[in-house]
Amino acid sequence: MATTTIQPQTTVHHDDGHEHEHHEGNFWTTYVFSQDHKTIAKQFLITGMAWALIGGLFSVIFRLQLGFPEATLEWLRPVLGGWITPEGKLDPEFYLSLVTMHGTIMVFFVLTAGLSGTFSNFLIPLQVGARDMASGFMNMLSYWFFFLSSAVMFVSLFLSTGPASGGWTVYPPLSALPQAIQGSGLGMTLWLVSMALFIVSTLLGGINYITTVINMRTNGMSFTKMPLTIWAFFFTAIIGLLSFPVLFSAALLLIFDRSFGTSFFLSDIYIAGEALSNVGGSPILFQHLFWFLGHPEVYIVLLPALGITSEIIATNSRKPIFGYKAMVGSMMFIAILSFIVWAHHMFVTGMNPFLGSIFTILTLIIAVPSAVKIFNYVTTLWGGNIRFTPAMLFSLGLVSFFLTGGITGLFLGNSAVDIQLHDTYFVVAHFHLVMGSASFFGMIAGVYHWFPKMFGRMMDDRLGYIHFWMTFVGVYLVFFPMHYIGIAGFPRRYYSWTNFETFSGWTDLNMLVSIAAILTLSAQFIFMFNFIYSIFRGKLAPANPWNSTTLEWTTPRFPQHGNWPGEIPTVYRWPYDYSKPGAKEDFIPQTVPYSETPESNLKHENDLIKLEMGSGSGVVTGNGH
Amino acid sequence: MTSLVIGLGVLLVLVILYMIFRIGNLVNVMSGPEKPGGTANKANATLLLLFMAGSLAAFFWYSFKHMDSFTLPVASEHGKVTDQLFWITMVIVVAAFSVIFAVMFWFTYKYQYKEGRKAVFLTDNHMLELTWTGIPAIVMAILIFKGLNSWTEITGPATKDAEVIELMGQQFFWTARYPGKDNELGKYDFRLIDASNEFGMNLQDDPNTYDDFKSATLVLPKGKEVLLKIRARDVLHSVFLPHFRVKMDAVPGMPTQFKFVPTKSTEDMRTETGNPNFNYEMACTEVCGKGHFSMKFPVLVLEQDAYDKWKAEQETWLKQNPDYRKFVPEKYRELADIKSGIIAAVTTSNQ
Repeated sequence: MATTTIQPQTTVHHDDGHEHEHHEGNFWTTYVFSQDHKTIAKQFLITGMAWALIGGLFSVIFRLQLGFPEATLEWLRPVLGGWITPEGKLDPEFYLSLVTMHGTIMVFFVLTAGLSGTFSNFLIPLQVGARDMASGFMNMLSYWFFFLSSAVMFVSLFLSTGPASGGWTVYPPLSALPQAIQGSGLGMTLWLVSMALFIVSTLLGGINYITTVINMRTNGMSFTKMPLTIWAFFFTAIIGLLSFPVLFSAALLLIFDRSFGTSFFLSDIYIAGEALSNVGGSPILFQHLFWFLGHPEVYIVLLPALGITSEIIATNSRKPIFGYKAMVGSMMFIAILSFIVWAHHMFVTGMNPFLGSIFTILTLIIAVPSAVKIFNYVTTLWGGNIRFTPAMLFSLGLVSFFLTGGITGLFLGNSAVDIQLHDTYFVVAHFHLVMGSASFFGMIAGVYHWFPKMFGRMMDDRLGYIHFWMTFVGVYLVFFPMHYIGIAGFPRRYYSWTNFETFSGWTDLNMLVSIAAILTLSAQFIFMFNFIYSIFRGKLAPANPWNSTTLEWTTPRFPQHGNWPGEIPTVYRWPYDYSKPGAKEDFIPQTVPYSETPESNLKHENDLIKLEMGSGSGVVTGNGH
Repeated sequence: MTSLVIGLGVLLVLVILYMIFRIGNLVNVMSGPEKPGGTANKANATLLLLFMAGSLAAFFWYSFKHMDSFTLPVASEHGKVTDQLFWITMVIVVAAFSVIFAVMFWFTYKYQYKEGRKAVFLTDNHMLELTWTGIPAIVMAILIFKGLNSWTEITGPATKDAEVIELMGQQFFWTARYPGKDNELGKYDFRLIDASNEFGMNLQDDPNTYDDFKSATLVLPKGKEVLLKIRARDVLHSVFLPHFRVKMDAVPGMPTQFKFVPTKSTEDMRTETGNPNFNYEMACTEVCGKGHFSMKFPVLVLEQDAYDKWKAEQETWLKQNPDYRKFVPEKYRELADIKSGIIAAVTTSNQ
């Protein structure tokens, strides 16, 4: 199938300025404008980690305000300058900027670009057996559009009027009117520009992922032999390709409303002493467009994490993933349903209540495939022989968060119950656990698991354990108490609650949450240290450190451009032959034909041996080395 | 100076941590690579089990101990229904969560790595999978059925004699407008808004505006259906009455509404909570700018007769702002004077 012949690094020939460099790419083409999927993956990862640090720091700053409302933040003045009021408090408008930027950064830059960008890029060619992505050039563009988008967003942090501050959902009219809040001035313009660039990046990446999975699988790698990671990336890319353009249109219309006097989202507004001329627009329209992306976005960040986890849990339980077909099926079902549940974010926006009923039904249906996934994970653990690598621990953490956070969706998805809980801390707890923390854990698990393939070295296990335990307990201490605060009715995005008698309690829990947030963030520095130290000084990794079955572990320790030095291996079996009865070892790589394992073959597999004879030779030509 | 000392201190701690890490590494190299089933594996398996037991215990203990402080007393008819649904869901959720959570971490403990043991090669089991697809589906169906029943009722049309009150959100406060004696809110137009006419009442065309009055407190009658007509004049806001389980966005250009029946007066609530200073409050729950967190609107629930009395005492907006009489067209001038109470003596003598 995959007969691509790649000529590594020969592209420099076409580059006029670098003709003196022949087969070796120079610094710029190898590390900066690289078209190698592995390098691009690392670029995404490191940019994502930098953003995660910024996003995490922002959350700690606003948690300081919420946990210790009496404390002076004077000591932050050297960094935040005028955003600290003369009384030594955080400026309430800047508080909203922090909340907005925390959300934007985490959802888009960390968990979309950092997660899909890293692992789709890194794993798709390696696990389906391709030399590289379908289009290396588009792949490179995808990263650099993301970089540009990041740069624009980063610049917006330093504006005197502050970055965007209307919440990460940027609902107009607040986001459309600079009179309403400072951040809706230049900060919002840059936000929209940045998001437009980001969407371009996502689409360029997504097209590549889909094409590569469909067209570039190696010999024998049928769809049913693909690891669940690839299935997850595949569905994710499709969801992204279908939903991000809708956000693009919303952003575009908002740009028109802001800059060119149109009235798509604005109507009947009297602000700052004057009535605006806009009539006929609807803020609700924006919410529909936004959530048409916004809800699939939840699965765009979650599915890759679930895919990664499936792989890691199977490998480290030394067991096949339970219900492979059900896992694929439930992911497909989730991917489809994700497009028709968006309005559950809008039960109390004044949307027609009948729509509310429809979306309640559809929303609670999506709980079924999610529940199936959890049961399948737990059953995969049953009867296993579990090795608790840091990657495994983080994967278990993901399942735990997915369960804890997902199950509260039963409250929020039910429109009648949502009336009270909507926009309270209950929602904050729900999505931070099920989407934020779960996806984040998936990402970290992926880093620990594939680090040996990325950098040829091992990360330190003990630091990994400390990192896991601090983060796991920390995340629960941050988000679990928020359920109580939410049931008590505390609204989100509040700078302080002291104005209200109803919301006057819970200072103790809020303080606990803030302390836990600081601890959780500081644990990430252990990870950063481990990551950077291990790149240079970590133990050299064996080619297949986890005794895993999938294709990426058949590459050399430092896979070069083109991934496999010789032919691309042929695949004969599914990726989950762990602990197969009769087999000599507790794993059989996908590249081992059934003809070599008569002792462990199941009945129908013996029949496949005849078919193997015809394939595996001559179809895959060598690479250009 | 102090920051320098703190900085040096932090640096020192980091250096020490780094040294410990290096020494640990060296010791590790000396003692050879750890086997998969080593102490670390056992420790992690045990810790996961302890974490499960500990967190479940803490969860149940805290939830029961502080139940009173995180559950807000309910003061509306539909609130009782949604609260009941909330607690039914809670029982299902907590039961499912506890079982899965416990089983999962029991498995990770029980099936931790042991040298020489081989994992079970189990790829699927259709009975099992059908069961755990079916059971959640049935539970979901029940919850949906119950939920939609109450949702339809809550969002259905209000009865004809419901008490209509208009709430308007703006940066950063709320105002309420009552329809006055004619029980009809007058029409408005956002272009007519100015510093005094904050509702943009259309005095020109709609006589119903003349007896409308403004209130800085949301006063509600106990036991009578209230229909809130909600609007915003600048950005999105959201009406949140936590004790009444009421929430509805205020949208510029698109009036929204919410109907409910308050069941407890402020006095009732003071007795019930044992807090003589108890007051209902209304908050904003849609981010609307700098002062979002300060959009408090006091709420007062009165017994029906006290409510009627209060209502009768209120001065109409037009009477408070006689300058605006000039906007009333000639043909309505007298009507306006009567309805607004500007010539109160006449109205009383006429009756």
